[in-house]
Amino acid sequence: MEHLELFFKAIFIDNMVFATFLGMCSYLAVSKKVSTAVGLGAAVIFVMAITVPLNWLLDKYILQEGALSWLGEEYAVYDLSFLSFIMFIATIATMVQLVEIIVEKFSPALYNSLGIFLPLIAVNCAILGGSLFMQSREIQTLGLAFNYGVSSGIGWFLAILAIAAIREKIRYSNVPAPLRGLGITFIITGLMAIGFMSFGGMLTGGDEEVVKEETASIETSVKVNEPTLEEETIKVIDSVSVDELEIKEEE
Amino acid sequence: MGLLSKKDLKLITDPLADDNPITIQVLGICSALAITAELKASIVMSVAVLFVLGVGNVVISLMRNIIPSKIRIIVQLIVVATLVIIVDLVLKAFAYELSKTLSVFVGLIITNCIIMGRFEAFALANGPWKSFLDGIGNSLGYAVILIIVGFFRELLGSGTLLGIKVLGDPIEKTGVYAFGYENNGFMLLAPMALITVGIIIWVQRSRNTSLIEDN
Repeated sequence: MEHLELFFKAIFIDNMVFATFLGMCSYLAVSKKVSTAVGLGAAVIFVMAITVPLNWLLDKYILQEGALSWLGEEYAVYDLSFLSFIMFIATIATMVQLVEIIVEKFSPALYNSLGIFLPLIAVNCAILGGSLFMQSREIQTLGLAFNYGVSSGIGWFLAILAIAAIREKIRYSNVPAPLRGLGITFIITGLMAIGFMSFGGMLTGGDEEVVKEETASIETSVKVNEPTLEEETIKVIDSVSVDELEIKEEE
Repeated sequence: MGLLSKKDLKLITDPLADDNPITIQVLGICSALAITAELKASIVMSVAVLFVLGVGNVVISLMRNIIPSKIRIIVQLIVVATLVIIVDLVLKAFAYELSKTLSVFVGLIITNCIIMGRFEAFALANGPWKSFLDGIGNSLGYAVILIIVGFFRELLGSGTLLGIKVLGDPIEKTGVYAFGYENNGFMLLAPMALITVGIIIWVQRSRNTSLIEDN
């Protein structure tokens, strides 16, 4: 249940592009054709699925306050979290290079389709953003971190696919000349973001903890609600009948 | 300006309008949109980028002949990451509240495409002084857009500028609120940042028709 909640939240509610504007640069630059957009989107999912869990392990066992306690008692006092930017970006850059080498060796076909996009990914803010959000939202287990990486990647993939499809069609429309290209893409993305905001009702939004509390209270209140409604109506009926009785008595 | 030749001056003034990093080169959009709900955050972000890009461009330019081209991206990322850690720690020490509002977006200066874009396009091919000017120029161009967007979003969204209630008090109904004006809370939400930038692009390209793209 926790996994499912995180999955849908990362894809729709906290969508990388529409809610937090991450990876906008490549989103705008590589969305002119659907085929290239699919290539880049797939590469992003792939890299995020690897780097988010890896960075989670780094954060848990090296960077957090007291994370080094597995080395011995005297190391428990260190807090290396100020190093997290440099560690995360180094992990991402090396993983991207490694993935590039591996894919080139074992699957030349995939390499040719992703080829140009892989190096670009190292500087895609969605990837680093994924790791930083993973850290700031205090995701608890490795499984959840993997889930978060994959689902944020899928969210980004959906966004770039949608805008690429729209841009392919909009070429045939009569857009005001100064808005052509970049301008209209911005405005369309804004409108799409408004659309995606409506998913916010699926969960109550806001911080992770607040969501959990609120959903929990909603669940309990739903369970409790039915009997209380009946009780209330009974009470209302009671009070009405009592009122009527009183009125009758007065008469 | 005796210090700057005409060519050097062009490095600073070009990115302010006709070669603007955000509206023309399409770099560094992420942070430009995410933190512009308040003018103060926009200004702090601009200063942070000014520092990182100015210093980073000089460092990369000094190292440009010794960096092997195969690993240059990692080297660039490490240089930026170090500078960003400095910015982050300074913000945490002197403006803790603000660093909370900026949250992960300070860290995301690392992957701000303006920085990598200028390293790749300029600092790797030019000397330190020119690279410094280019860095300053581009971050000022970035700052201009951020401040315009932040100005309109804060003014129309919450009726304040830098936290000062310039339009009167919405609760006590003073100033323009006395005439039934309401804050447009929608301006504070994410989508309006995109539409605001879209409108800036529209205005800019209407004024300078040579920038229009042919679909």
